[in-house]
Amino acid sequence: MTDGYTRMTRNRVGIGLAAAVLVLGAPALALAQEAAAAAPAPTVNGADTAWMLVAAALVLLMTPALAFFYGGLVRSKNALNTMMMSFISLGFVGVIWALVGYSLAFTPGNNWIGDTSRFFLRGVDMELPTGISTALIPHTLFMCYQGTFCIITAALISGAIVERMRFSAYVLFITLWAVVVYSPVAHWVWGGGWLAKMGALDFAGGTVVHVNAAVAAVVAVLCVGPRRDAKTAALMPHNVPFVLLGAGLLWFGWFGFNAGSAVAANGSAALAFTTTMLAPAGTLVVWTLLDAFRQKKATAVGAATAIVVGLVAITPAAGHVSPMNGLLLGMIAAVPSYLALVIRAKTSFDDSLDVLAAHGVGGTVGALLTGVFAQKSLNGLADGLLYGNPGQLGIQAIAVGAAIVYSGVATFILLKLVGMIFPLRATPEAESEGLDQTAHGEEAYVHSGGSTQMG
Amino acid sequence: MKLIKSIVRPNRVDDVRQALEKMGVPGMTVTEVRGHGRQKGHTAIYRGKEYNVTLLPKVEVEVVVQDDLADAVIAAIVQAARTGEIGDGRVFVTHVEHSYNIRTGEKDA
Repeated sequence: MTDGYTRMTRNRVGIGLAAAVLVLGAPALALAQEAAAAAPAPTVNGADTAWMLVAAALVLLMTPALAFFYGGLVRSKNALNTMMMSFISLGFVGVIWALVGYSLAFTPGNNWIGDTSRFFLRGVDMELPTGISTALIPHTLFMCYQGTFCIITAALISGAIVERMRFSAYVLFITLWAVVVYSPVAHWVWGGGWLAKMGALDFAGGTVVHVNAAVAAVVAVLCVGPRRDAKTAALMPHNVPFVLLGAGLLWFGWFGFNAGSAVAANGSAALAFTTTMLAPAGTLVVWTLLDAFRQKKATAVGAATAIVVGLVAITPAAGHVSPMNGLLLGMIAAVPSYLALVIRAKTSFDDSLDVLAAHGVGGTVGALLTGVFAQKSLNGLADGLLYGNPGQLGIQAIAVGAAIVYSGVATFILLKLVGMIFPLRATPEAESEGLDQTAHGEEAYVHSGGSTQMG
Repeated sequence: MKLIKSIVRPNRVDDVRQALEKMGVPGMTVTEVRGHGRQKGHTAIYRGKEYNVTLLPKVEVEVVVQDDLADAVIAAIVQAARTGEIGDGRVFVTHVEHSYNIRTGEKDA
């Protein structure tokens, strides 16, 4: 039942196998191997399916959560436009995923990209996703679960270019980005590509999702340019309660993101759930102390940011590290992202909502620390530096480096191509009036006095 | 003394404030307001119904200055707030009889 593509953590590991054997009625664990050999072909597991149905819905909720997180951080004249940049991904990226993205990521293909055999979801049925995963859930559900990841990854990029990118150009960009950048990188790590074969550990997408999106965000800032008033205006969050609401819902959804990445209702999922609870808690504590030390006050936007940073950092490590190491990882991750935020604020680099500091720095730190804290006794795959396998740290660094280079170059080319079809920037007038009214014909906070209904 | 009440575009407020500070005007009152002059608003569509939004967001800036400073302050406001398009706003000037400092109870100098 295993094939060449099951090394990655999204697939069931030893714990899952043993559980499956028990379900099949093997009398003792000692006989597990023989029993497995003799067992009939695996079938869809009800418990796994029930959990993954919930997990997929949880991850889908993260995109609206992101809309609130980002939407609260911008000025009120751009609130709807910013929130729409996340919401629209549910549509355009969701569709392109079903049409071509899933196939390019999750079919055997070659080392670099999948093939076209699952275009238009051909053969994605209620049976097991055999050949691409050993998960004991229906192929349809496996595809949906993976799709929710693609949707939020594309939406993450928007934080870098809010309040000035033209909406049409943005929509075309993220739709193509999902196919050209996300699908191949997901294939490398989870679809049996070269990073999978090399043994890179990425439990739930630290490299595929966070480093990948952050690099695209940096390139987008360079291609789109800073807001015209980035240096002069007070770019204050218009609704901090939205930011806190978004961060809270992201944490909630992230349990599906990380614990769901075990693709089974098993011990690995419970471990990932635990570290997903503890790591952001650790980040929040350290961040609050840094805030209090530096500016004598514990800020709410800081707390929301800390939670996201902790979640990002634990993502690649979630099911690979012990609970206490997960907590420690979260605490460590606070420092580099905090410094990155402080430094970024002093430059003219207008990564408006700090995608680089939160997802790029947090994702890289998490990916590298996975190579430090990983334990084979927990993940059944590989140890990290602390457990006698320093080579894992190198493999982790290669995975991050590859994502940076590929995402950087491909995103740049893509934005230049999109720029030939739609100007990347909104007009100066629209930027100053606000994109809610100019791009969407709506306002977030309507004052209806004096308005009249037409026709 | 004169009360100078300016209705300006929201995105020009910072320029107006900077211009006033440069002239040494010590304080101001700023209010978010809605209204229209010759600018006729824009169309909004919610769930298929079209609306003509006639009252547009503006910002009202009020300052009180000595008579001899008034003309220069008005010129500075006009320069800072102007874009040349319809909807740049208005400046109203009225005479102020007295003013009192609430903390000290002092009548204006």
